[in-house]
Amino acid sequence: MTASLPDANALIESLAAAIAPAFDPDTLIVGIHTGGVWVAERLHALLRARHPVGQLDISFYRDDFSRIGLHPQVKPSSLPVDLEGRAILLVDDVLYTGRTIRAAMNELFDYGRPALIRLAVLIDRGSRELPIRPDYAGAALDVPAHQNIHLSRLDDGHLTLTIA
Amino acid sequence: MNFQLTSDGRLRHLLTLDGLPRATLTQILDTAESFMDVGEREVKKVPLLRGKAIFNLFFEPSTRTRTTFEIAAKRLSADVVNLNIATSSQSKGEAILDTVDNLSAMHADMFIVRHSQSGAAHFIARHVAPHITVVNAGDGRHAHPTQGLLDMFTIRRYKGAFHNLTVAIVGDLLHSRVARSQIHALTTLGVPEVRVIGPKTLLPAGVEQMGVKVFHDMETGLRDCDVVIMLRLQNERMRGALLPSAQEYFKFFGLTPEKLARAKPDAIVMHPGPMNRGVEIDSEVADGPQSVILPQVTYGIAVRMAVMAMLAGGTAA
Repeated sequence: MTASLPDANALIESLAAAIAPAFDPDTLIVGIHTGGVWVAERLHALLRARHPVGQLDISFYRDDFSRIGLHPQVKPSSLPVDLEGRAILLVDDVLYTGRTIRAAMNELFDYGRPALIRLAVLIDRGSRELPIRPDYAGAALDVPAHQNIHLSRLDDGHLTLTIA
Repeated sequence: MNFQLTSDGRLRHLLTLDGLPRATLTQILDTAESFMDVGEREVKKVPLLRGKAIFNLFFEPSTRTRTTFEIAAKRLSADVVNLNIATSSQSKGEAILDTVDNLSAMHADMFIVRHSQSGAAHFIARHVAPHITVVNAGDGRHAHPTQGLLDMFTIRRYKGAFHNLTVAIVGDLLHSRVARSQIHALTTLGVPEVRVIGPKTLLPAGVEQMGVKVFHDMETGLRDCDVVIMLRLQNERMRGALLPSAQEYFKFFGLTPEKLARAKPDAIVMHPGPMNRGVEIDSEVADGPQSVILPQVTYGIAVRMAVMAMLAGGTAA
């Protein structure tokens, strides 16, 4: 199955190329745990952003908390600079229902009021349940509902996409 | 089968640390760690418990514990109601379970219970409807699990790990629910040497069976300790003449800079509060560089947030 998936590293490069023309280096790049942080780190290097990458773990903002409870491994969120009035590039690996992005935006606003938020994702797999669209997507893939796309990172830092 | 855990091992109530597996304790500490930064944000809240009603049921007075539970619940966006029952319907003779039933009828989701009788929180937990969770905030001499957990959180923050530590608990263990919870947690988390230090009259009979080493003098007991936990001398719980006088107690068991020098130079000093300065601890130590007594209070909020979030999540399934 992996043969049919695009190469993650090539996708990140084309994503960076699409973002670059309008990119202000003062923008804070924020990745959503875990895959989004990996993509954000690569974009950060390619776009030469000024501030370190911010990280969000949206577990405390999920809308299914009362149904499924707290994720057992919540990582602390860390935003290295003040969000007030700042441009944010929010990064995730796979965009699906849009609920993660909604939770991430809710969390960002608890840190301050950004000037704007743009959304960049590696894969847009469709099937949105909320009115959310990516500003930049590496690729759009039609994935059946019973399958999941995973981004994983090898020991050498190489990123790969798998479907299961 | 542990009454506090669901059949799939999730925390259902928090009543005692006795019998909770190491994985559960570690999960609470890890979750608390991720709540630590919420207090630093512009909006000091996360929406996890929005719409949940939490009742602080305090049948025995408490300031710090009740306040930190209240702040923790509010940082999780829950609605909090504080009841000091010592001053309300209990004085009119209402039975505990009637109080609980009435509050359940007001759609409570969680009870935080403090009571002078050992076992009160268990009693309530066995009685409540399945969707209601109970946290023991101290029952008699039995247990004070969130205090035990925040102490473990403090130790882990300052010492990094548990497997290489020597920890001494000093003072009135006989009346101390805090000490019991600490001992259970320390041994479960793999602390190789837990010592208890106190006069024979203030150590419970058979305390050795909890896996601790017993000492009756500070000089040998504190030697090479990494962590020194002082307990409050429970004046209000003293029955009869267990001690000659507070001055006499301070002379032998009060933590002074001289006695602390027996411990490792980087040893930390803890106290669950409220402190009796000049009785179990010298002000010079309480306010000194090795004291982590105020950080304990701050960490207590994150730990209580973790416990409440883990209890309240997934209950609708």
